[in-house]
Amino acid sequence: MKIHGHSTYEPQSGFTRWLDKRLPIVRLTHDSFVAYPTPRNLNYWWTFGAMLALCLVVQIVTGIVLAMHYIPHVDFAFASVQRIERDIPYGWLIQNMHAVGASMFFLAVYIHMFRGLYYGSYKAPRELLWILGCLIYALMVATAFLGYTLPWGQMSFWGATVITNILGALPLVGESIQVWIRGGGAIDQPTLNRFFSLHYLLPFVIAGVVALHIWALHEAGQNNPTGVDVKKKEDTVPFTPHATLKDLFATSLFVILFAVFIFYMPDALGHADNFIPANPLQTPPEIVPEWYLLPFYAILRAFDFNIGPIDSKLAGVLAMFASIGILFVLPWLDTSRVRSMRYRPIARQFFIIFVVVCVVLGWCGGQNPGRILVPATFSATLNWTQGGQVIEQPVTSQGAAQWDEAEQAARASLTEQGAGMTAVQRAGADRGTATGVIGGAVQTRTVTAHSVDELEAQINGVTEEVGQSAPFFQVERRIPFTFTVTTLSQIMTAYYFLFFLIILPILGLRETPGRVPDTIAKPVIGGEEAGAS
Amino acid sequence: MAEAQAGAAHAEQETTRRDFIYIAAGSVAAVGAAATIWPFVAQMNPAADTRALSTTEVDLTAIEIGQQIKAMWQGKPVFVRHRTAAEIASAQRDDFANLKDPQSDAERLVQADGQAGRPEWLILQANCTHLGCVPTFVEGSSFGGWFCPCHGSDYDTSGRIRRGPAPRNLDVAPYVYLSDTSIRIG
Ligand code: HEM
Ligand code: FES
Repeated sequence: MKIHGHSTYEPQSGFTRWLDKRLPIVRLTHDSFVAYPTPRNLNYWWTFGAMLALCLVVQIVTGIVLAMHYIPHVDFAFASVQRIERDIPYGWLIQNMHAVGASMFFLAVYIHMFRGLYYGSYKAPRELLWILGCLIYALMVATAFLGYTLPWGQMSFWGATVITNILGALPLVGESIQVWIRGGGAIDQPTLNRFFSLHYLLPFVIAGVVALHIWALHEAGQNNPTGVDVKKKEDTVPFTPHATLKDLFATSLFVILFAVFIFYMPDALGHADNFIPANPLQTPPEIVPEWYLLPFYAILRAFDFNIGPIDSKLAGVLAMFASIGILFVLPWLDTSRVRSMRYRPIARQFFIIFVVVCVVLGWCGGQNPGRILVPATFSATLNWTQGGQVIEQPVTSQGAAQWDEAEQAARASLTEQGAGMTAVQRAGADRGTATGVIGGAVQTRTVTAHSVDELEAQINGVTEEVGQSAPFFQVERRIPFTFTVTTLSQIMTAYYFLFFLIILPILGLRETPGRVPDTIAKPVIGGEEAGAS
Repeated sequence: MAEAQAGAAHAEQETTRRDFIYIAAGSVAAVGAAATIWPFVAQMNPAADTRALSTTEVDLTAIEIGQQIKAMWQGKPVFVRHRTAAEIASAQRDDFANLKDPQSDAERLVQADGQAGRPEWLILQANCTHLGCVPTFVEGSSFGGWFCPCHGSDYDTSGRIRRGPAPRNLDVAPYVYLSDTSIRIG
């Protein structure tokens, strides 16, 4: 239902009348941001759009200033950012605004997106509005990735290396795309130069898509917490002063938080390694993206196994792109005709789990993937013979294919001679040495540890300790299933995709929605059958 | 008269001269657009001078036995390792171990021109085949070779992948001996 009637703008002065006939820009602004009707029941989750607009302006303004002093050259980039922070008047402030601003931007966009998910703002007639939003988000990710490379610290360099390497996993075209993006075999001057150019460009592309986003919003009208369509003019209030003031209030709080970061902990969200200039010869001990990309990094690394013909690396890449791509088709995955989760008690629970899953994925992305979360015991049994007489015999086979047979035969012959333990050391395709020990005391020792590395260290310890007197060892390792950060990421990734691909499509068809109260279903004000409110 | 004919032709869904011109002009425009886009895409490929930087010479005399240097080749680090007898022995012994990416040590020493290499000099591209970090030598490696700190790929003394997520052995850098004491990479 279309709620905005025709324009109520009336030019007051001679000039505005003149202008209105030629370029009705004041009329457009008036209709969009003053008279524009907004549902009267919007809550504070609807104020993040305003913050996002502010963030974009802040990034563009501070970015243009930074670009006046920044030098996109491998030898000077790092120093030029340091110079901005130290020597340029107020450079410290502007640089911090830009760096912290990126984080604030993502904070706001995530809340904005979860809002849309919860209240079903992606459903008809707002599919395109939602898709434009997803496009903005994808562009933001690209912009932030490019921007993070510019300060040319260790994390900048290695983050760019890892991400461009990931693209190399794509079949057939991967390698060429990788070289094409880098402009050479490795991340180097050509890469930095083009990343700067594109980092400058993309925010303006974002601004363009934002314009479309708002256009689409004003065509479809805003959703509201009940998800029920606005029915009458009385259900709405004019944007100004109602929404304007509410947005202003919420945005002020947001700006205060922004300021707290800028002035009290400007580097809290960054990584210390990015204060070390980029060094292609030395990898930092861990490579992690900025916090806002950690969930995707966790999805990328969750695939440590091959899926049929798709190797693990490619599977991770595909999953990472799919995790954003799936948002674009969400309007057609969710089959429920009820928009707001307020009236979808079961979907609501799944949604809450989904939010938690996203946060846990973010945590996983920042951890060492091999980190063991549930302690497990690794053990190994070592058998060796103390003393005794060592006998040796050469092993030769007809060719590499017959090796196993030859090895078996050699072992059997040694056992026949009375050897208690045998071992074969291969020295070439068709030759080696078989060793056996006759007599002596068979010894056994079991070692336990909490990780594979620790276990190997223990085994090495024992072999070194008794190595002199024992010709060889038999080692039997028992590696239990371990619940690592990767395992957790796998479970979380599974839920992430299940939520969109299974839960939302099926639940929408099966659930019984909660009853929408009459006070909402029917207009309250001005309606004859107004219920108690 | 011409107009009347065109009108009649349209009514009968016949091709008119105008349809032909639409298609012809459209095709030319499409080819023109593609021809315009092409250079704008292709300009991002490695420039001639970047490609020209593609060889690096390394003097081997300065590298003691048991040591390695990282040379830069095409912006990427290359390990030039002077292996000890023990490292060579362990690399050759493991030719028949259970390898993820089976390759013998001798195969990994072959020069770019196909001639056999020398076991004491191992020339490898230093980027982990997983996601490109630079592994460190020995520290952390259970196989006496390189260990990648990023996700724990473990390489032996021939640079073959033995444990961890990396799919392939460390790539051999294309190199040739210029003399007994120097090589050219690339
Ligand atoms: C969507 C908007 C934008 C986002 C999300 C964004 C994000 C970022 C990020 C994350 C960094 C790295 C900061 C650091 O860690 O120190 C950065 C750096 C930079 N950005 Fe942006 N940016 C945006 C817009 C712009 C614009 C419009 C320009 C220029 C016109 C610009 C110019 C720069 C420059 C010169 C740097 C390098 C100096 C520095 O590191 O502070 N940015 N950007
Ligand atoms: S980059 Fe070396 S293990 Fe991942």
